[in-house]
Amino acid sequence: MDKAAWQLDARPAGADELLITLGGRWCMAAALPSPDSVTPRLAANVRRVRFDATGLTDWDTGMLSFLGGILKTCAERGIAADTTDLPPGAQRLLTMALTAPEQRVPGRNNGPTGISAQVGTAMIEFVRGMPAMLAFLGEIAQSLGRLMTGRARFRMRDLWLEIEEVGPRALPIVSVISFLVGLILAYLGADQLKLVGAQIFIADLVAIGMVREVGALMTGIIIAGRTGASFAAQLGTMQVNEEIDAFRTLGIAPVDFLVLPRILALMLMVPLLTLYAGFIGMLAGLVVSVTIFDIGVFEYYTETLRALELKHFLVGLAKGSVYGAMIAFAGCLRGLQCGRSAEAVGHAATSAVVTAILLITIAASVMTIVFYQLGI
Amino acid sequence: MNATPHIEARDLAMGYGDFVVQRGLDFVVNKGDIFVVMGGNGCGKTTLMRALVGLQRPLTGSVLFSGEDFWSAAEEDRDQLKRRMGILFQGGALWSSLTLAENVALPLREYTALTTTQIDSVVAFKLALVGLAGFEEFYPSELSGGMKKRAGLARAMALDPEILVIDEPSSGLDPLTARRLDELIVELRDSLGTTVVVVTHDLASILAIGDNSIFLDADTHTMIATGHPQDALKHGDPKVRHFLTRGGSA
Repeated sequence: MDKAAWQLDARPAGADELLITLGGRWCMAAALPSPDSVTPRLAANVRRVRFDATGLTDWDTGMLSFLGGILKTCAERGIAADTTDLPPGAQRLLTMALTAPEQRVPGRNNGPTGISAQVGTAMIEFVRGMPAMLAFLGEIAQSLGRLMTGRARFRMRDLWLEIEEVGPRALPIVSVISFLVGLILAYLGADQLKLVGAQIFIADLVAIGMVREVGALMTGIIIAGRTGASFAAQLGTMQVNEEIDAFRTLGIAPVDFLVLPRILALMLMVPLLTLYAGFIGMLAGLVVSVTIFDIGVFEYYTETLRALELKHFLVGLAKGSVYGAMIAFAGCLRGLQCGRSAEAVGHAATSAVVTAILLITIAASVMTIVFYQLGI
Repeated sequence: MNATPHIEARDLAMGYGDFVVQRGLDFVVNKGDIFVVMGGNGCGKTTLMRALVGLQRPLTGSVLFSGEDFWSAAEEDRDQLKRRMGILFQGGALWSSLTLAENVALPLREYTALTTTQIDSVVAFKLALVGLAGFEEFYPSELSGGMKKRAGLARAMALDPEILVIDEPSSGLDPLTARRLDELIVELRDSLGTTVVVVTHDLASILAIGDNSIFLDADTHTMIATGHPQDALKHGDPKVRHFLTRGGSA
C-alpha cells in the first residue's frame, strides 16, 4: 500500500447498507477528499453505514472532519452509523465533538449592509456620541473646579512628566516642520511681492503669518499626531487592562488622575511650542530673504520688529492654548471610550487624531473670523 | 506508555541579562506523556516554557526535540520544529482582529493543502471539540475568559501538533470547565498520541493528569524534584510535599 496517499471506497454491502472503506494516510498535509464525494451515495434506500478502517496507516483531524461531515449527513437523513470499526481514538474524538454540551449561542446583530443604511447608522452613531462628548467636557470642567479648590486627586509628578513628554521632546519635529513652513511662506510671498517690487514685506508676511496663524496650526497638527494619538493609546490600553475600572472602584475619578494632567500639560506647552515655531519660521524667512532675495539681515530684522505687535503674540498664544486643550480632549475622550481589544486601541488612536484635527480646524476658522471682526 | 524521549532539556539555564531565573535543568519528556512543570509564583515556569517553545533563547544548555537540538538548528529548521508544537498561552492570545474561525483557520491556511471548505469543516470540528460549536463568527472580545482559553486550545490544536504546550490551563476557569479541559487534554493525548507539557500550579490538575513532572524552586533557582506527581506527593522533597498539600502536613 502506498503510504503517502489516502484511499476511499464506498460501496453497498447488502440491501440497505453502505460500507465506507478508508485506507492509507489520511493527514491534513496532503489534499483530502470532501464528504461530498460520499454523501450522494447515502441515498434513500441506505439505512445503515459501516466503516472499514483496517487499511488505515495514519490519520489526523483531516479524517475526523471528513467523517464528521458524513456522520452529520447520516444523522440528518436518519441513517444509522456504525463507527465501531474505526480506530478507538478517532471514535472517542468524534463522540466528543459531536456530543459536546450544547452552548447557547447568543444572537448578534452584524449591522446593516446597504450603503445608505451604513451612512444612516454612522450619522445616528455620531449624533448619539454628542452627549458623551458634552458629558466628558462637563466632567473635565468639574475636575478643573476641583483642581481650583484643591480637591482634585492629582499628582504633580504626573503633570511634570507629561510636560516633559509633550514639550521638550517635541522640539526637534516642531523645529524641522516650522523651518520648512517658514521657508515655503517666504518663497510664496517673494513670488507675489516682487511683482510690485516690495520684497521687503516678506518679513511682515512671515512674521505675522507664523506668529498669528501658521505656527499654532502646524504645532497643533504635529502635536495631535504625536501626543493626541499617544494619549488615546495609553488610556485605551489602560481600559483594556481594566486599570480605568480599578480607579473607578476606588472612587477616584479617572478624569482627575489621568485627564487633568494631560490637558494642563498641553494647554501650557502648545502655546510655548507655538511661539517657538513662530521664531523658527521667521528664522527660515530670514535665511531665504538674505540668501536668495538679497535683503539685508538688519533690514529684515527692523521690518519684522515693525510688523509684529503684542496682539499678534497674544492671538498666537490663545490659539495654541485652545488647540492644546482640544488635542488633549480628543485624545483622552477616545482613549476612555476605547473597547477591550488590541484593535480597539488602534481605532482609538486613529479617531483621536482625526477628532483633534477636525476640532482644531473648526476652532481656527471660528477664531480667525472672530478676531477679524473684533479688529484684533 | 512507551518511553521514547520526545523533548530533552540538557543543563538548561534561563534568565534575563545577569539575572538567572533557573539553572541546571535536566529532564526528559517522553512521547505521549503529560509532563507537568510546577512551582510557586515567580519560580520561572513561564520562562522555561518560553525556552521550550523557542520564544526565548536559554543562557546555556540545549533543548532537543526527538534528538534534534533546537537552538543550534538553522532558522528554517527551527521554524519547522516550531510547527510541530501547539501553544496555548495563559490568556488565550487570540488575534483580536480575527473571528474564532479565522483564528483557527490561519495555521491551516498557511501550512496545509486543504481547500477552503475542508478548512471550514476542520475549524468547525476543532471548535466543537472544545465545546464552542456555533461561535465561529464571534470575535475574541465577545467571549468570556474560559471561552477564550478553549478557543486558544482549538487554535493550538489546529495542525494536530505532536507537542502541545499549555501555560496555566485552569487559571480563570471554574472547576467544572477546568476539569473538562483536563479531560480534553487527556483525550487528545490518548487519541492522537500528543505529548503535552503543562505549566501549572493547579494542584487538582497536577495530580489528576500528570504522568511526570518537575518542580522548580524559586529560592535555589533550580529543579528540586522530578517524577510522577503522586510519587512526589508521597516521597518527594519536603518543599514539594508542602506545595502539593497547600502548605498542609507533609
